[in-house]
Amino acid sequence: MAPSLCAHCKTNRALILRPKDHSKLCRPCFLTTFETEIHHTITSTGLFTRGERIAIGASGGKDSTVLASVLKTLNERYDYGLDLILLSIDEGIKGYRDDSLETVKRNAEQYGMQLCILGYDELYGWTMDQVVEQVGKKGNCTYCGVFRRQALDRGAARLGLTHVVTGHNADDVAETVLMNLLRGDLPRLSRTTSIVTSTPSLAADPAANTHIKRSKPLKYAYEKEIVLYAHHKNLDYFSTECIYSPEAFRGSARALIKNLERVRPSAILDVVRSGEDMAKLVPDSDEGCGRVCTSSVPAAEEEQGGCGSAQGPSSGGDLATLEQALSSDDRAADAALEIEITTSSIAKRTAPLPLTVGKSRKVPKAPNNTRKQPKKQVMGQCKKCGYLSSQDICKACVLLEGLNKNRPKNHIEVGYEPEKEATSVAEAVKQLDVGAG
Amino acid sequence: MPDTQNEGTIKITVEFSGGLEMLFSNERKLSLYIPAIDADGSRSNIAFLVRHLCETFMNDPRKELFVLDDTVRPGILVLINDADWELEGEDKYVIEEGDNILFVSTLHGG
Repeated sequence: MAPSLCAHCKTNRALILRPKDHSKLCRPCFLTTFETEIHHTITSTGLFTRGERIAIGASGGKDSTVLASVLKTLNERYDYGLDLILLSIDEGIKGYRDDSLETVKRNAEQYGMQLCILGYDELYGWTMDQVVEQVGKKGNCTYCGVFRRQALDRGAARLGLTHVVTGHNADDVAETVLMNLLRGDLPRLSRTTSIVTSTPSLAADPAANTHIKRSKPLKYAYEKEIVLYAHHKNLDYFSTECIYSPEAFRGSARALIKNLERVRPSAILDVVRSGEDMAKLVPDSDEGCGRVCTSSVPAAEEEQGGCGSAQGPSSGGDLATLEQALSSDDRAADAALEIEITTSSIAKRTAPLPLTVGKSRKVPKAPNNTRKQPKKQVMGQCKKCGYLSSQDICKACVLLEGLNKNRPKNHIEVGYEPEKEATSVAEAVKQLDVGAG
Repeated sequence: MPDTQNEGTIKITVEFSGGLEMLFSNERKLSLYIPAIDADGSRSNIAFLVRHLCETFMNDPRKELFVLDDTVRPGILVLINDADWELEGEDKYVIEEGDNILFVSTLHGG
C-alpha cells in the first residue's frame, strides 16, 4: 500500500488523518497546523490581553499538558506577552493525584513555569480520601467537582490573577451540548458553549474570589488531535482513572460522541457549532449579547473533563439522570407547556418561553417571568465564603456544612469562617436537597 | 511479498498508553511473535492482533474497555508505525515484520 503524502508540504509521508476535514498531514505540518488553529481561536476571540498573568489549570493529564505546551509555544512565537503559571489542585486522593502531581512538577520544569499546588485539605479542611471515608464512594464526585471549581478560582485569587484557562476540548463541549440538549436545558447549553464562561464582575468586592475569568482555548480542538499532539511532541502526561470512579469512562454521552466520531468525524465540531447557534437563540444568552454579560455562570456547572467521571448526579453524567429529566419533560408536554420555537416567536417573544421546564432544581417561577429573567439564578455572593453563588450559601459551603456536622471529631479547623449561623444554612440545605437529586 | 513469513511467525512491538496499559498488567511495551498466518489461512492483520492480545495478554476482565463490537473501542487510537491506522486500512492492515503498533486511549482523564 502506497503511503500517502502530506497534503500540506507534499514531501513527507502523511501520518495523521485529521478528523475535522479528513486532510492527511505529516508530523511537522500537523503540529504547526494544530498550534496555528489554537492561535486563531485565541486571536479571533480576543481571549488574552498583553501583559496578562494567566493560570493554567493543570492536572498532569493530556488536555492540560497540551494546553500548557501550546500556550508556551504560542506565547513565544507570537509574542502574546503573557505570564503563564501552572495551577494544580490536590484533591487529596492517595495513589492517584499524588502521582499526577509529579507529572505537573516535571511539566513546570520542562516549560519553565511557576507552579502553585493548592490542596482541598488546606482550602476546605477535607481531603477527598476523608470525604469518601465519610460519604462513601457513591456521590463523592459531586463533592470533588464542586470543590474543584472553587479551588481553581481561589488559587487564582491567591496568585493575584484573574484569568484561569482550562483544557476543555471540543469533545467535552460537544458532550455538554448533547447532555443539555437531551435534558432540554437551553439556558445552560448557552452558558456552557461560550469560550469564556465567567467574566470579571466589576461590582465584586476585590477581596472576594468572584472575579475570575475562565476560558477554554482548546474548545475547538479534537480530543483525538490533542492526544496525537502529545504523542508526536513526546509530551509527558499522566493518564489514569480516578480510583473513586475507576471504570466510569465518563458515561454514556461520551460513548455517544465517540461513536458519532467513528461514523462521521466532523460530527464533534458540528455539534459544538450547533450548540453555539442554539445558544444565540436563547433569550438574553451569553452568546446573544456578544459575550459581555457572562458574569453569571453558576459554579460547578461546567466542571467536567478534568477527570474520568467528575459529573456527579447533579451535572448529569449518566443517562439515568437524563431519563428522569426526560420523563419530567414528558409531563411538561402533557401539560401543554411546550411551544414550538420558531424564528418569529423568538423575535417577537410573544409567548412565554418555558425554558426552565424539565429542571426540577429551580425554585418554581411563574412562566411569564421567564421572559424578563430567562434563566436564572441571580448571581450574588455566598454569605459564608464570598464565592460567586446563586444561593445565599454556595454549594461548597453547604456540602462542607453537612460534612462537618457528621465529622466524628471536631477539632480540625475548616477553611472558612463560620460567621453566619445555622438558620440560613439550614434553609439553604433544604433548597439544595430539592435540587441536588 | 510472500517472503516475510519465514518461519511462520513475525516479530512486532505493541505499545499501550493513555491509560490502556492498566488493562494489560501495566505493561507499556510488549515485544512479541505472532503467527504470520491466522487460523483462517489469511495473513495476520490488526483484527487478528487485537483478538490475540485479548486472549493472550489481557488479564483484566473488562474486555469492553478495549474491544467493542469486534473492533477497537471508539476513542482508542491505533498508530501503525506512528501513522493513524485509518491511513493504513484500519483493522485490515496486514502486519509486517518489525511493525510497531501503538494503542492510545483518549478516554482516560488525568
